[in-house]
Amino acid sequence: MTDAMTEPGPILALDNVSKVFHRAGSTVHAARAVSFALHPGRTLALVGESGSGKTTAARLIMREYRPDQGRLLFRGEPIEGSAVRDMRAYRSAVQMVFQDPFSSLNPVHTIRYHLERPMRLHQPSLKGRARDAAIAEVLSRVKLDPALILPKYPHELSGGQRQRISIARALAVNPEVIIADEPTSMLDVSVRLGILNLLNDMKRELKLAVLYITHDIATARYVAEDIMVMYAGQIVEWGETESVLGNPQHPYTRLLLSAVPDPDRRFGDTRFSDELDRIDLIRRQSALEQAEVREVGPRHFIRPMPA
Amino acid sequence: MSAPVLSIRNLTIDYVGATSDFHAVKNVSFDIGRGEFFGLAGESGCGKSTIAFAISRLHRPPALIRSGSQILLDGRDVLTLDDAALKQLRWREVAMVFQSAMNSLNPVLSIERQFYDVLKTHTGMSRVAARARAAELLKLVDIPADRLSAYPHQLSGGMRQRVVIAICLALNPKLLIMDEPTTALDVVVQREILERIHKLRQELGFSVLFITHDLALMVQVSDRIGIMLEGELVEVNDAQAIYRTPQHDYTRKLWASIPRLTGARIAEATP
Repeated sequence: MTDAMTEPGPILALDNVSKVFHRAGSTVHAARAVSFALHPGRTLALVGESGSGKTTAARLIMREYRPDQGRLLFRGEPIEGSAVRDMRAYRSAVQMVFQDPFSSLNPVHTIRYHLERPMRLHQPSLKGRARDAAIAEVLSRVKLDPALILPKYPHELSGGQRQRISIARALAVNPEVIIADEPTSMLDVSVRLGILNLLNDMKRELKLAVLYITHDIATARYVAEDIMVMYAGQIVEWGETESVLGNPQHPYTRLLLSAVPDPDRRFGDTRFSDELDRIDLIRRQSALEQAEVREVGPRHFIRPMPA
Repeated sequence: MSAPVLSIRNLTIDYVGATSDFHAVKNVSFDIGRGEFFGLAGESGCGKSTIAFAISRLHRPPALIRSGSQILLDGRDVLTLDDAALKQLRWREVAMVFQSAMNSLNPVLSIERQFYDVLKTHTGMSRVAARARAAELLKLVDIPADRLSAYPHQLSGGMRQRVVIAICLALNPKLLIMDEPTTALDVVVQREILERIHKLRQELGFSVLFITHDLALMVQVSDRIGIMLEGELVEVNDAQAIYRTPQHDYTRKLWASIPRLTGARIAEATP
């Protein structure tokens, strides 16, 4: 994927990263030779079912896990073994928005505290009025009224408002990359679209690079230019979103797409019906390691399912 | 059309508070026909689960069903039943799959034992007969009989959910209530489970009350759909009509807020 997208160089890239978890008697390949790159002003969606390794990819980027193999590149330089000061720059450049807006804010602190603290830590030169102005600015970016919201505690806000605060908190450090792990899956449909629109606005106006992790492929299509489908720790198909969703080539992608609720198709009338008839086979075969990469269209790749 | 299995008339439910009441369900009426798949959609807090609980009389104070409400199951008003009659009603006539159904299995009992509990209590079935019936029921949901000796933690989330559905079908209920039955599951697993329910309903003839916030899914499986907004049933119609020609403003807004997989990224809000 790194070769395919050369123009404006990636801010962040995973290069052949693998991560294995060992448990009593079994090993789980949470990431298998995963490579992708995040570019300014573009959103890359990572879709897959639970347990496919999506969140592991996020944690590798957030440096919660160290890769067993492969490299994490920040502005083209490997992050491993870099100086403490560079790590600090990395931390302010890469921010995360979590799935659960109910547990990712501290219940004993006000919203002001949640936004002020990252600014103190990452932008110490910002003080007094300038900091208040910056706080008001990030809040207006997420379309919340500073005067009303700042003195409140998390429990006084709705789920959608809380998720907006999580995004504002990420923006408070002036990041270049946002990792959003299922940011809308706990919100009602009518609130969901507002958050997705916010992600789209941020990407455009602030030239952010966004990794959007989700199991909801329709929302991925709404925000992302590029998409990757992950299964059993392996990215099985990737490319431009319209190409991958319009012309899916990997059996697992086709299975996933035929299972996504579609009001235009009653049960029994499916887009790729043969995939739904061989679910177990596709699951079993797609979980096998596949080193071969095949280009199936312009900037559209699969790792073919072993026969 | 023959008489409906479920007939809800002027159902009003309040959550009684110290200073004011919260009106969770406001004068709701609808029918579910024999063998019909009826969907109830709406956002969290709209009262859809409150209705589900009221049908099997599982609601607890401070929920209060106001007088004038009727819930007729095969012509009999559920709201007038005493405890003994309710015991007969639950499982036998109405069975309910909860949202976190996969966590509603008892973790320290084997799957076989959980079937036996229901079958013995309601039919006095012997252990041997219950085992045979349980194996038969598991087969309905595509789980091999040798998993009867397994404990819930040894099964995947989707399998646990299917076990719960199998237990619900144990006494051939007339109505199966499913409250967000697949919300915690992946789309492929969700599809497998709902396909199964869809087929079983045709084979066994029970009716389904399906509650979810996923409108697209609901249109795919339901015959008719009711849309709820803040305790009121604002629109009831055939599934296709709810999708293609929504009448209520709120239904149109719901569709306009759902990103789509094909065609336009979101549905155009019809003026």
